[in-house]
Amino acid sequence: MTVTEEREVGSPRRRKEDARLITGRTMWTENVVLPGMLHLAILRSPVAHARITHVDTSAARELSGVVDAFSGRDVADIQGGLPCAWPVTEDMVHPDHPPLAVDEVRHVGEPVAVVVARSRAAALDALAAVEVDYEALPVVLDLEAALADGADLVHADKGTNRSYTWVFDSGEAGTGEAVDAALDGAEVVIKRRYRQQRLIPAFMEPRSVVVDPTGDQYTIWSATQIPHILRFLVSAITGTPEHKVRVVAPDVGGGFGGKLQVTPEELIAFVAAKRLGKPVKYTESRSDSLVSAHHGRDMIQDIELAARRDGTITGLRVKLLANMGAYLGLVTPGVPILGAFMYNAIYKIPAYRFECTGVFTNTTFTDAYRGAGRPEATYAIERIMDELAVEVGLDPVEVRRRNWINADEFPYTTVAGLTYDSGDYEAATTRALELLGYDELRREQAQRRDSGDTVQLGIGVSTYTEMCGLAPSRVLGSLRYGAGGWETASIRMLPTGKVEVVTGTSPHGQGHETAWSQIVADQLGVAFDDVEVLHGDTRTSYKGLDTYGSRSLAVGGIALYNACQKVVDKAKPIAAHMLECDPADLEFTGGQFRVRGNPDNGKSLADCALAVFAAHDLPDGVEPTLDADAVYDPVNFSFPHGTHLCAAEVDTQTGRVAIRKYVAVDDIGRVINPLIVEGQVHGGVAQGVAQALFEDAVYDADGNLLSGTFVDYTLPSPADLVDIVTDRTESPAPDHPLGTKGVGEAGTIASTPAVVNAIVDALRPYGVNDIQMPCTPERVWRAAQGGGA
Amino acid sequence: MTRISVTVDGVRYDDDVEPRTLLVHHLREQLGKVGTVVGCDTSNCGACTVLMSDPDGRLVGVKSCSVLAVQADGREITTIEGLAGPGNTLHPVQRAFHERHALQCGFCTPGMIMAAVDLLSENPDPTDDEIREGLEGNLCRCTGYQNIVRAVRDAAAAAREAGTSAEPEPPTVEAVDAATPDGGLPSEGTPDEAVPQPVP
Repeated sequence: MTVTEEREVGSPRRRKEDARLITGRTMWTENVVLPGMLHLAILRSPVAHARITHVDTSAARELSGVVDAFSGRDVADIQGGLPCAWPVTEDMVHPDHPPLAVDEVRHVGEPVAVVVARSRAAALDALAAVEVDYEALPVVLDLEAALADGADLVHADKGTNRSYTWVFDSGEAGTGEAVDAALDGAEVVIKRRYRQQRLIPAFMEPRSVVVDPTGDQYTIWSATQIPHILRFLVSAITGTPEHKVRVVAPDVGGGFGGKLQVTPEELIAFVAAKRLGKPVKYTESRSDSLVSAHHGRDMIQDIELAARRDGTITGLRVKLLANMGAYLGLVTPGVPILGAFMYNAIYKIPAYRFECTGVFTNTTFTDAYRGAGRPEATYAIERIMDELAVEVGLDPVEVRRRNWINADEFPYTTVAGLTYDSGDYEAATTRALELLGYDELRREQAQRRDSGDTVQLGIGVSTYTEMCGLAPSRVLGSLRYGAGGWETASIRMLPTGKVEVVTGTSPHGQGHETAWSQIVADQLGVAFDDVEVLHGDTRTSYKGLDTYGSRSLAVGGIALYNACQKVVDKAKPIAAHMLECDPADLEFTGGQFRVRGNPDNGKSLADCALAVFAAHDLPDGVEPTLDADAVYDPVNFSFPHGTHLCAAEVDTQTGRVAIRKYVAVDDIGRVINPLIVEGQVHGGVAQGVAQALFEDAVYDADGNLLSGTFVDYTLPSPADLVDIVTDRTESPAPDHPLGTKGVGEAGTIASTPAVVNAIVDALRPYGVNDIQMPCTPERVWRAAQGGGA
Repeated sequence: MTRISVTVDGVRYDDDVEPRTLLVHHLREQLGKVGTVVGCDTSNCGACTVLMSDPDGRLVGVKSCSVLAVQADGREITTIEGLAGPGNTLHPVQRAFHERHALQCGFCTPGMIMAAVDLLSENPDPTDDEIREGLEGNLCRCTGYQNIVRAVRDAAAAAREAGTSAEPEPPTVEAVDAATPDGGLPSEGTPDEAVPQPVP
């Protein structure tokens, strides 16, 4: 390993990205304007399930400024179908998913027809002139009813609403014992049903796409997390040769998994641009976004925990119903499967069985939302751990301590078959308890209970781990995922010693330009400001697997590190040649090659870069470049963990929940930029708190999305949230040369059960053992009145 | 079409607009002021917030999706693109957002910064709760708002120390030298004090 001075890594560098973002000089896709560009508007289904008996766009085409109007029938043969890259079982039911509905609509908001016009206003106006007649079909919404015999069907031709059933059984897999025996013979069995309400990722930048056909070349700007995957799949779906498709993800305004998708809108814009031979732009409204961009969560979790009276867990059985919505998106079926490996969490559990059934309903399709399967799993296990604590009469922290993997037991292979790399649950928990003032708050809680205070205090515990750094390609293959999990990085040494870094990751708020610069500055001994990070354009970054699953630093960071080492290795013989010494006598520190024992005699990396540019005097056989590429395929996931504690005051007379103190202690290995990490934790916790308290995508009995605007889908405002206390413990990732894990999803995974556990804890004296999320004042109040919730 | 005259970021623009045109669309599509963005269609998110002069000439924050372009006739407007001072000297609020890592994806940031400027012009010394209440009309999905609150608090302190309230700072020689529109960012030392420490 190259010895370097660590100057940048670990320092709270202010972000390079900010300069354009705080001055309004940002390139959002919606800001792209091209000569001759046309605007596209989409007519969406107002009904949840219907046959399209008639559609006529001719009147729209007659209107001023309208260039084209067409429906699904007009393009049925050429529009292709949307991809699902994760057929989780061999016999998974995978219905066709046309970008524009052809004969039938299956959820409110499904695209039915489009108008292309010279202005956005003209296109939107003309939608009113498109005629569509619908013949209503029965609407399927309830997951259990959907699986009953004789149920109405979302896809009549499939004969079932079941997409798949996926099973992991530790007895069958050989990773543990059989769970039935454990449950049958258990001293304690706790059985609960938890519901993960449907959420909407609600990134702040609405999705937007511009498709520019020039000759046989298509350039696609899109507000996407996945420019590389989008390029590959647009090519595959439309039959356009891959080298004729360029995808640009310019500045992208948040994703949270919601832009991890190949969308109907992207393909519709592609079809329109191809028909017209003109650039076409589509930008969704927020209402369109909420009803048509994929949703997240929406599961029924039946969970059974077997334990001994001393609190030791002996078995865990999980049965899920996961709402797919009307279609399968890019990784829809796989989202709950990611959770399969996380229900056992940080605990030593001898027997485990997981079964998930994916179910079609007449709703917007679901897919990844921050955490993707892991928040759901963590919620269920951390909720039921509190129930176990009550059942066996232990403090919730103590019952966890009796079951968790100890620091000296890593690496630890779990009952789900994963090998956790490193961690210290005791250290994180001890720190969190200190920061919260746990014992003091327990005393106050007891006082309030004794005095019958109308405002009760509850303390919620959530000890979590997660699997991030998706993922070793072989593991993904074994799970039938359609792609690998490697990542790329390229270093270009410019003649003046400046550095261009090309990454295959695709940031949309994570600050890669800053963090990647810090890593390169240290590894190459160049100035932070002398590094430029290029991403999000398949013309400069032709290969990569993009950003999701907290993978960018955990995987892409290793590729970047390896590329830096290659640059140094290439420069070394050149420096040795200039210094007239043996390369073996050189050491590289602080950007300088020096002869060991002779620190005054050196050549910088910049000297080498200039030498290869001139190439006048290089050693024989040495290629005149320092540039290097690296592709890294991870050997394992990495497993961040932490302990989040929430103290909440619950007003039993109004149902109001006020978070009094929230402590997040996260162990994400070594940290590149603590400022960015803290921001990720803040935002992650906010989204998890929002699931616990505020957000709910609600459908009425006819399949209309009631929470279809920001008036009804209640993202928390600044006034709804409080400051949280953050701290870290540090268990370096053994498989990462920089020791880093991932942090993007940790806060969201940890926080939801912490908050709900706090509310339930506050109301235990009222006979409450669960409250359905979101814990609205009405539900909390009803629970406190003994009315159930 | 209606003829309107609007002064945006110090430049007068005379245009014909449809009566139904929203101010934000006028700014973005006719005037090219694409720094101001649209995040919703129900006036909830505040991403489009700009400052507009009231009849007394005082600049107040408005959601430009909730103002018709014709209503802006004769008014002065400041957008995120006109907030920096001469020579691209960052406004104290812009500077504080950078220092405090008060943005991630940055989409809400133009509106959030303009709303914060508006808030500080009304209340130069807000408490944290007053900041949270004052920015209630602006949504951010990335930050959880904690660093935004810190930034606004810092900007208020900086403005009070400089005695400038929320007005843009006068240009410094250093800032005038900054040649690019992105110039004026503070140089980076090792500002450990900006790493938020846990509250015991």
